Amino acid sequence: MEPTLIARIGFAALTLFIMFNYGIILTASMARIRARVQGRIGIRMWQPYIDIIKNNAKRTTISHGLMFYLGPVFRLAGGIGTLMFVPVIYDSVVFGNFSFAGDALLVMYFIFFGQLGMALGAGDGGHPYSAIGVSRGLAQMTAFEVPFALAVIALGAQHGTLSITELVAVQQGGILSWNLFANPFATFAAIIAFLGMSMHNPFSVVIAPQEIPIGPPTEYQGAYMGMLQTNRAIFNAAKLVLYVNLFFGGATGFIALIVKTFVLYFVNVFVGVSFPRFRTEQSIRFFLGIPALLGLIGVLIAAL
Amino acid sequence: MSDATNTGATAREVIEQIDRARIELPELDRKYFCDEAPKVVEPYRGIVEKFLNWARSESLWILGFGTGCGAIELRPLMTARYDMYRYGIQPRPTPRQSSVFIIGGYASVKTMKRIVRSYEQMQNPKFVMGLGSCTVNGGMYWDSYNTVNRLDHYIPVDVYVAGCMPRPESLLAGFMQLKLRIREGRAEGANEYARNFDWYKANQKQIIKDWNMPDYNW
Repeated sequence: MEPTLIARIGFAALTLFIMFNYGIILTASMARIRARVQGRIGIRMWQPYIDIIKNNAKRTTISHGLMFYLGPVFRLAGGIGTLMFVPVIYDSVVFGNFSFAGDALLVMYFIFFGQLGMALGAGDGGHPYSAIGVSRGLAQMTAFEVPFALAVIALGAQHGTLSITELVAVQQGGILSWNLFANPFATFAAIIAFLGMSMHNPFSVVIAPQEIPIGPPTEYQGAYMGMLQTNRAIFNAAKLVLYVNLFFGGATGFIALIVKTFVLYFVNVFVGVSFPRFRTEQSIRFFLGIPALLGLIGVLIAAL
Repeated sequence: MSDATNTGATAREVIEQIDRARIELPELDRKYFCDEAPKVVEPYRGIVEKFLNWARSESLWILGFGTGCGAIELRPLMTARYDMYRYGIQPRPTPRQSSVFIIGGYASVKTMKRIVRSYEQMQNPKFVMGLGSCTVNGGMYWDSYNTVNRLDHYIPVDVYVAGCMPRPESLLAGFMQLKLRIREGRAEGANEYARNFDWYKANQKQIIKDWNMPDYNW
């Protein structure tokens, strides 16, 4: 039975709630793992919740204009938009979300959209460090979009569709039908792009703590900051789900989803604690080198 | 400045001229600054405020003002030996997002201006921790010509960590004390600053001779 529109909105809200909490728990657990690597105990598991509550409970906030206010709103819209058009659980009525044909391109646009909105908002803050962070962020984003776009194009060419639901459908039936094995070059190009997207080391120059204070959100405080932190959890979860859907056979249940997203996120942390930070021009050169080439090979394999 | 020099004015006169000049901001820059006095924001009552105070006490984001020698004791807090993150304490690089302002030792007259600006840029509720004896009564700089003796004449201080220098353990103890204060609802420094704004401003202007900023910078 096809659910009504009201029911679908309810399901979407439920998905959003679950993925928000999952994103926060994932972020906290990864921070703890990183702390263990450094020989520390690390933050408590519920620390991100307390931080969000505290930020929203600030008694005063200041705004630098309309665009400054809209920046985090756009960012949050980008995060929620990405999640809403990706089926979280394959073939599930409740967690299927608003997926329709051709949505891979829409999701890519949403990933871009949040960052652009944030760039405009941070620019309105008027702080020089925000501007530096924005220019670095946009430059790096343009670079990692190349291997990521090539990987998505490769999948589209290989399976003749850009609908994420259909891309998951063709990967059902055993681990060897995953795109990880069907098109390994595209997958590796996309995973490297994912490292850049997550802005952990070695691609953390955008927020570069302690160097330019904190990049684009330098001027954001209070509830704005709370909104950005909320988005960080949602966006992280959305990107992970997107990647699992595109390359790792999707998820048919929550256990599969948790295992796959955890492993995928762990790649990030593993690389992050092992390598120091790239400078912006180094990371651009890096993304346009081997990852872009891998993506190109992926497209060629798909076309042949 | 160059005009004044050409007319043969002494340095003292130039400073007085600057003092008298009203700071006029260009229209475009107005939205980045503010010269309105801060306002008292009354806390909520009962269990809501208790819960929010608990959250505030468990998520202390530090703005370290490291011009005094005491700041050297702040850094070990992030290391594996002390690991402040497990208490919900973490450094934050911008005053906008921080809630705890740590003055790392003596405050010279020159840095006082920056202390005032940074403090005012932080958002209510905000807490201040004075680190080292110099912030309490001047310490070994008691009769120095260019350091202030009592920090709480210029900004409201919640917790002092005395010592010269206090070890990181004492700092952590200071944080625990601050947490208690916040939970009891006694850490209302930002409101106190707003209530006694004129007194604080007068004290600040008494020592900062070349006052060239709006009276309040948020």
